[in-house]
Parts: sequence; structure tokens; C-alpha cells
Amino acid sequence: MQHMIKAILLGIVVLAAAFATNFARDLAFQVSAIIVILWAGFFFIREIGKIGNKPEPAPTGYMDDVVRAGVIATVFWGITGFTVGVWIAFELAFPALNLSEWTAPYMNFGRLRPLHTSAVIFAFGGNALLATSFYVVQRTSATRLFGGSLAWFVFWGYQLFIVLAAVGYLLGATQSREYAEPEWYTDIWLTIVWVAYLVVFAGTIYKRKEPHIYVANWFYLAFILTIAMLHIVNNLAIPVSIFGAKSVSLFSGVQDAMTQWWYGHNAVGFFLTAGFLGMMYYFVPKQANRPVFSYKLSIVHFWALIFLYIWAGPHHLHYTALPDWAQTLGMVMSVILWMPSWGGMINGLMTLSGAWDKLRTDPVLRIMVISVAFYGMSTFEGPMMAIKAVNSLSHYTDWTIGHVHSGALGWNGMITFGALYFLTPRLWGREALYSTRLVNYHFWLATIGIVLYASSMWVSGIMEGLMWREVDAQGFLVNSFADTVVAKFALLVTRGTGGLFYLTGALIMAYNLRMTVIGAGNATPKHAATTVPAE
Amino acid sequence: MAKKPAKKPDVETTGHSWDGIEEYNNPLPRWWLWTIYATIVWGIGYAIAYPSFPLPGGAFPGLLGYSSRGAVEADIAKVEAQNAPLVARINDLELTAIASDDQVGEFAVQGGKAVFQTFCAQCHGAGANGAKGYPSLIDDDWLWGGTIEDIHQTISHGIRYEADPDTRSSQMPAFGEFLSKEEIAKLVEYVGSRSGINGAVETEEGKNLFLDNCAACHGDDATGGREVGAPNLTDAIWLYGSDPETLTQTVTYARQGVMPAWSGRLSESQIRQAAVYIHSLGGGE
Repeated sequence: MQHMIKAILLGIVVLAAAFATNFARDLAFQVSAIIVILWAGFFFIREIGKIGNKPEPAPTGYMDDVVRAGVIATVFWGITGFTVGVWIAFELAFPALNLSEWTAPYMNFGRLRPLHTSAVIFAFGGNALLATSFYVVQRTSATRLFGGSLAWFVFWGYQLFIVLAAVGYLLGATQSREYAEPEWYTDIWLTIVWVAYLVVFAGTIYKRKEPHIYVANWFYLAFILTIAMLHIVNNLAIPVSIFGAKSVSLFSGVQDAMTQWWYGHNAVGFFLTAGFLGMMYYFVPKQANRPVFSYKLSIVHFWALIFLYIWAGPHHLHYTALPDWAQTLGMVMSVILWMPSWGGMINGLMTLSGAWDKLRTDPVLRIMVISVAFYGMSTFEGPMMAIKAVNSLSHYTDWTIGHVHSGALGWNGMITFGALYFLTPRLWGREALYSTRLVNYHFWLATIGIVLYASSMWVSGIMEGLMWREVDAQGFLVNSFADTVVAKFALLVTRGTGGLFYLTGALIMAYNLRMTVIGAGNATPKHAATTVPAE
Repeated sequence: MAKKPAKKPDVETTGHSWDGIEEYNNPLPRWWLWTIYATIVWGIGYAIAYPSFPLPGGAFPGLLGYSSRGAVEADIAKVEAQNAPLVARINDLELTAIASDDQVGEFAVQGGKAVFQTFCAQCHGAGANGAKGYPSLIDDDWLWGGTIEDIHQTISHGIRYEADPDTRSSQMPAFGEFLSKEEIAKLVEYVGSRSGINGAVETEEGKNLFLDNCAACHGDDATGGREVGAPNLTDAIWLYGSDPETLTQTVTYARQGVMPAWSGRLSESQIRQAAVYIHSLGGGE
């Protein structure tokens, strides 16, 4: 019966998408509709095949197959996103790469840039959050995921969202809102998937067998709830046609800009900070095998972070049409946010007190520690850049790019790598990782890559800012914009090289994880893998 | 503030355990707590000093009365007051006298350079050497004239810029509408022969076609006509390219490049400074 209902729903989706394909007004919409047909059609056929089967006994134990799928997706999208990033980094250094006749317009910087940011944030980071949150909430609640196969819907629904977004970018469908580029139909789909995610996660917490909710789950839940709110409000738009990709935002002018940066900054705050702090709070104490440093600190910095982050968006609009009072508030809240952010770093690093010697022998722990260190650095740099006097120099320059990447590559990337190294042997029942030495190589390649990337962008950004504002004794501008572009060339090449290092490290990781899964080297199969809820 | 007790190696945990993870009951680090208090105090102080919250009828302006627009206006006013006598002198002088004036000559060149790098470099290049469709301004080949008055006129009113009634205007016909492909090919051959490119050979038929269709603007000898912005076709400088395909395209569809008028967007003094700067680049007449 259940399969029948699912098959009917999927069949309706296939028909609706076929209808949309026929009446589509533009290529992006048409291709998206075809992708929906393929996606829903695949699951339709699978459900049809199951109709009439005897109902399977309700599975027990932790639901780890969806986490395994999430780990694979994380690695896949990570490599994809990093590769696009390296490519566009070199497009900036060598414009011929994006202006040639056979790549334009599909591989122009303007189309690949959102592909890169969405691939690394939402595809790589998003899958890492999905997989780890499903893993962590089960372990720390000592119960199986709520909602049965709903978790699988979340996983495959999210992959569909990623593909629809990416195809839209390449074919020119964009809302032109940074980190919210997908058009209205993709946004609606993500909303449905996200609500299902909330149901699975909150339902699992609700039926937990532990008396208290572990701190990691507070952060995951804050991330899921807030992203839902941000996503819905910022994407309020009216489609020009229900058969076309184009939509028009409900907001205009400076209200539009403020809504967008309220969203944009909190995508950083709740997706890349709160969600990843959830990961940190589970994997660092597990890998170090030490208690968390301070429960009290975790409570205070959690609520302070949640309260303050939501105000910080206006610092993206300093010295614009945004009223001065909003700029002041954005700046002040960003500076006060400094210590609440650092609470997470302190709890992460101090958890290691008494276990610092493990850093010598355990490169996975080293990856996690450097990730927390980069978190601390970027969350100091962020409040500093939010100060108007600093922002007047840093805004619109490469400094911003350097800042974002020290956070993204250093914090989000590294903590994800650490979690992947932790999860893979456990999820596939292996004694250990295939090779610790390869983890070490990955650590050094990634770290050197980040240093090359961030330092070149700092130098480039500060140089750009100083050149833009340089005036002679009579108040005349000294440099043209093109002068600053020429001056950046060597730094842009260095940045691309840093990205290449980082990508190489990730490829080594992918190989190491693959060998672990197939059971090579040290990764011998473990007997009696524990998949039953403990306690 | 009480002195903190010497840190014990191990404090109590909260007693909970999740999947083996426990939590210590450590107090908040003092330096952390005092820093957050300090940022809050600073934040309140800053919010009192600067505009910080909306009120009916306008936002609270802050005790310092600061506004970002006001700050920029004050900066600009300061520079303008400093340069006012120089600007006035530039506007009073004859255009030809500015560059050699010992008070404002250097000022005008520097100011013109700043204007050029901000508004002109996008098309003409940071070094003013032009690009396809955008003339080089450092040679002595001028479409509409290279005296400082000519340059001033071009900057002020633009070229084929419809919003300005005084703009420089001319329209090359698209000869594809009147001439056959064979005739256009002969014209291209003839034009090539006049400047010795493409290994072209002069023919009587090409010459007649040129005299009938092109000479009215470009002159009988093809050296161009500045009153209508018709380029010299006998030199080595080609705005859109000199290969036979480009020339065929030019003759068939015509070229009508547009330059915007800058009067109204730039001050008279800025336009004069830009004219002085461009005139000084090497090709000025």
C-alpha cells in the first residue's frame, strides 16, 4: 500500500514534469524538467517493482546506509567544487580561459562562480552536514532515525536540488542573489526537502533515549531551523511564468539588498558556523577521546552566537544606500559576536588539554585541530572586517575572498575531512584507515594550500584597497582600475596554486577513503560492527 | 573580581554521557567573559555616539552627529576648496593656454589623467592606446580633429550620441544595400591598394566605384575627411582591422561607433583637464 501511494505520487511528478518540458519557455527550465522526469521516473520504477512485496520487518539498529551515501556524496561534490574553484581561480589570472569562443558562455566566470560556491557550500558542505547530523543525532540520542525512509527522501531530494541548481547556473538561470542563485522552482523543491530534513532530525531528537540533548544537536537544530527561515524569506519571488525559469523578487532597492545580506551572512552563520560547530562538538571529543572542556561555555556561547549572528548582515552593506543606523547596528553586533564565536574554538581546543601528545601520532586529530584554529582566526578576522574603518579598505577587494577561504578551506573543509576520516572506517566496519601516511600528506597539502591562498589574497586585497583609494596632493585618483588588475597578477596565480594544493590533498583523501572501503591495507574488516543503539 | 583558584588538573564532569562523550563542568574562562563584557560596553558606547536605531520621524542621529554621506561631502568640500582657485583659472584661460600656464599646467594634466583613468580607460585603455573600435589617442591620426578645441568638443558632446543635440554626427551607409558583393569586393581591393595592404592591386573599376560611393566623405585620394569623421584610408591605422574580411564587413554593414557626451556628467573644468591631458599624450595638434 505504501509503495502504491509513493508510486502514484512519483507518477504525478513525472507527468507534471513532462507537461513542464513540453511548455517550457526557456532552455534552463526545460532541461530542469527533464532532470525531474529522470529523477522521479527512476524512483517510480523502483516503487512499482516493490508493490505486492510482503511488508519488510521494521529495521532496527542505527540507520547508517543513508550516512554512507552522504559520505560518498560529500567526497564527490567536494572534488567537483574544488576543481571548479581551481579552474575559475585561473580564469581570473588568465582571462583567455573564460573568454575563448568554445567555452563561452557556459564556462564564463560569471556562470562558473556560483557553480563553485554552491558546489562547495551546499553540495559538499550540505552533504557533510546531512551525513554527520544523521550519524551524530542517532549516536547521541541512542535511537534510530525517525521517519523510516524519509531520510532517504531527504538525501536524494537534496541531490536533485544540487543538480537543478547547477544546471540552472550553466544555462543562465539565476536570481543574482549571492548564495541564493537558484531560481524559484529549485527553491520550492529545497523547501520541501528541508522540511522533511527537519522532521527526520527533530523526530529523532524527540524519541531519543538519552535524558538530555547533546550540544552538537542544539547546533544542528539551530542550523536546520534558521536556514529554513532564511531560505524562505530571501527567496520570496513571483515567477514570470510557471513554465519559465525567470522570477522577480518581492523586495526592491535597499530592502532587497538588506534581505539578501541578512540571508547571506546567516548562511555563513548558521550553515557554515552553527552546523559545522555541531560536527566539531561530536568529532573532536570522539577523536581525542576526551570530555568536552566546558558544558557551561557551550550553553552560553551557543545562545550568544544564535542571538548575535542574525543581526550582523548589514556589515555587508557599509557605505551604501543602507541607512547609517542599520550599518552601525550591523557593525556593533558583529564585534560583540567575536567572543561567542570563540567560545566554540575554546571548547574545541581545550578539549585536547591532557591529550596534546596525540597530535604527534594522529593526523586526523591534527586536521581537526587546525580546522578549529582556522575557525578562530576567521571569526576574529570577520568582526575586524565588519568595523567600518577597516571595511572601507577591505570591501570589494580580494581580502574578502581571502577571509572567506580561510574559513571555508580551513574551518569547513578541514573539519569535514576530519569527520570523513573518522566515519569511513566505522561506517564500513574497518579496523582502521587504509593509510595514515596519506592522511598526513593530505594534512600538509591542504595546510600549505590554505596558507598560499589566504596570504596571497590578503596581500592582493590590501594592495587593491590602497591603490583604489590612493590620491595625490591635489585630490586626484592615482590609479585606474586596470592598474590594480595588472598589479594582482602574480597573487592571482599564487592563489590558484594554493587551490591546486588543496584539491590534490582532497584527491589523496578520496583515494584513501576508497581503499578503506574496499578493505585494503590496514583497513581489514572488523568483526561485529556495532550498529545497535547502545544504552 | 575574585582571584581565580589555581586550575585543577581535572574538574568534575556533568555526569551525562552521550555515545561515550562526557562534558567537564569548567567555568567560563575569565578572559573570555571579560572580553565579551568589554565588547558589549564598547558596543553600547558606539551606539550612543553614532546613528544606531530607527525612531518615528527619523533615526537617532548619535551624539557625534556623524553621517557617512556627511563625511564624504566634507572630504569632497575640503579638496574642492583647496583646488578652487586653480579650477577657476582653468575655466578662465583659453584652452590653448592651459598646458603652458605655470600655475595650472601641471595640475590640469594630473587632473585630466585622473578623469581619463576613471571614465575613459574602460574603452580607450589605461594607456590611451585604444582597442578595436576605440581609437588610440596617442598617435596623430584623428577622426574628428586633434587640436585641443576639437578634443574638448568631442569630450563635451560625444560622437553620434543622440541625447546631445551638439554631438558630432555622420552616418556611413551600409553599402550592402546598394552594391553587389562583387562590387564590394572590388572596393575592398581598391582600398587595400591605396594603403598598400593585403597585396591588393589598384583597378580602374575599383577606383570608379570608390569615387562614386566613398570619395564624398573619404576624399578623392582616400585620405579621409575630419568634418564628417571619415578616417584616412591610406595609412596603416585601422580602427576595426584591415584584413579583407573585416573591410568587407565594414563596407557592407558600415561602422557607427558611439562615444557618450560628458558635459553634464563631468564639470567644465574636468573636461578641460581631460582635453589638456589627451592633447599632451603625443598626438595633439
